[in-house]
Amino acid sequence: MKNNKNLTAFVLVVTPLIVLGISLFIGRYPKPLLMPLSVLLHDQLGQNLVYNLRLPRLITSALLGMSLATAGGVMQMLFRNPLVEPGFLGVTQGAGFGAALSILFLTTAPLVVELSAAGFAIIGLLLSYFIARRIRFGGWVLRLVLSGIAVSAIFSAGLGILKYMADPTSQLPEIVFWLLGGLWSVTWTDLWYILPVVVIGLVIIYLMRWRLNLLSLSDETAFSLGVAVGRERTLLLAASVAITAVVVSVAGIVGWIGLIIPHIARRIAGANAASFIPVSMSLGAVFGIICDDLARVLTTGEVPLGIITSLIGAVIFLIMMTSRSMRIAR
Amino acid sequence: MKPAVIQVNDLSFSYNPVGNAAVHQVSFEILPQTVTAILGPNGAGKTTLLHLLLRLKTPLTGSIHLQGRPLNHYSRHELSQNIGLVPQTEYIPFEYTALEYVTLGRAPYLGPLEIPAEKDTEIARQSLKEVGVSHLENRPIPALSGGELQLVLLARSLCQQPRVLLLDEPTSHLDLANRNITLQIMDRLRRAGTTLVFSTHDPEAAALIADKLVLMRAGQVLETGSLEEVFTTETLSRTYGTRVEVLQVDGLRVVKSIERLGGEQNGQNNPAER
Repeated sequence: MKNNKNLTAFVLVVTPLIVLGISLFIGRYPKPLLMPLSVLLHDQLGQNLVYNLRLPRLITSALLGMSLATAGGVMQMLFRNPLVEPGFLGVTQGAGFGAALSILFLTTAPLVVELSAAGFAIIGLLLSYFIARRIRFGGWVLRLVLSGIAVSAIFSAGLGILKYMADPTSQLPEIVFWLLGGLWSVTWTDLWYILPVVVIGLVIIYLMRWRLNLLSLSDETAFSLGVAVGRERTLLLAASVAITAVVVSVAGIVGWIGLIIPHIARRIAGANAASFIPVSMSLGAVFGIICDDLARVLTTGEVPLGIITSLIGAVIFLIMMTSRSMRIAR
Repeated sequence: MKPAVIQVNDLSFSYNPVGNAAVHQVSFEILPQTVTAILGPNGAGKTTLLHLLLRLKTPLTGSIHLQGRPLNHYSRHELSQNIGLVPQTEYIPFEYTALEYVTLGRAPYLGPLEIPAEKDTEIARQSLKEVGVSHLENRPIPALSGGELQLVLLARSLCQQPRVLLLDEPTSHLDLANRNITLQIMDRLRRAGTTLVFSTHDPEAAALIADKLVLMRAGQVLETGSLEEVFTTETLSRTYGTRVEVLQVDGLRVVKSIERLGGEQNGQNNPAER
């Protein structure tokens, strides 16, 4: 039993590392697909490329996948709804609006765009939360979903206005490309900026993963089990929104990872969050890296990451939903 | 006589500060190792009263003492080690196995970052066994029938090992066989030393098991006392606001509601009397 657990943990940690290691050699230099080892050993440009471009980018893609998958899993449990994804509470549309606002009125410097995106992502969440508290009917989950939809719609309308106002030759393409999501501009600086938030958020969630089960019960039951429902829910929600906001601010809008990976993880490890959250983290990292590999090598240019994750995610989702073994809890 | 486990004094609570009180100046006490039924029609304030006993709601006035200590002097952890709740029903959206779900009952004994150990799982297994559903251990919760779910909910709160167990309408949506199983388990728990308080609108379930009745109507306690004292035609009719007759059948108290559909004229429509 004990050995089994250790083996599982080992596999969960090592698999993303192996995938990351292999991915360092994947790209379009010096020729498409695989870079021979000799290039890394002898070619100065090759070394530079791997160390300064591919490595920070791949680590970021792993953190991106990990964060979105984990945040998705957490939110599904907190909202007691398996169809929730991390961006749904106004977070994603808020980030898009923030990024466009910065591109239009401030600067296209990545760090400023990222900060603006992160700020508006959090504003989106807070708005959804406080509006939900004021809605006078329905359960808590329904109210959050409703206000999340409304806030997202307001931000997407705002985004529409910004796009309409943007200079179609310079600003508009910048906005559109940001919205499609991608990691082409990631440097070590970006990585250092997101790393602390992501690590702290993921550690909090990892440590409290068993408590998530308690928070997926009704408030009265959770309370009777000694859970500080409001406080613990807020802490975990804050951790997931923070990691979502920072990775989205760097990567743009990358959909579906947060919805699909927790589902696959539950299939593998069961509904108990103590076991499926670590699987989600590992699987999310692997999925993030592989999607970014595809984004880099599929064409001579760069395919926006958001397109790839949505395409693959939606196909997997459809397969899961229509497969015979799928059971819906309700 | 043993000292009361729970003492409720002059307790009031209202959902709406200007509206009627949901619970109005209620006082009673509960002795250890007894079963108390809070009996009354829908909307009498029974569930609200249970939530007050759980400290899920804060009373407007009055006090509740648990083992001689005011309820709000207990830490959240201590309280959850002393009082458990079996909710009326629970919607569980994820496919936990029954064992995983029951193990959640160990939360009061675990730190905020702790994960249940093998001994906790063992206690959960024992709880499933106590309610006779060991065979459901690996069954996902959404695949359980209503009766099975009720027993698993009960097992989860046994796993909590509380001194006082609150049950919200534990039998109201069960068929007769499952109702009897639940009442038998409650009886076993009482004999094993647990104090039970349950709300119900079913007087017969109360008559089968309760040592003491708290009759409620519109937020007020009309009567408290033993079955012999308060389970009468007069008090039950007053509690339910309809004509109720208490009969004895084979030494058991059963209740007949004697108002027919159509009210006063109904007798004329009855072919036997025509």
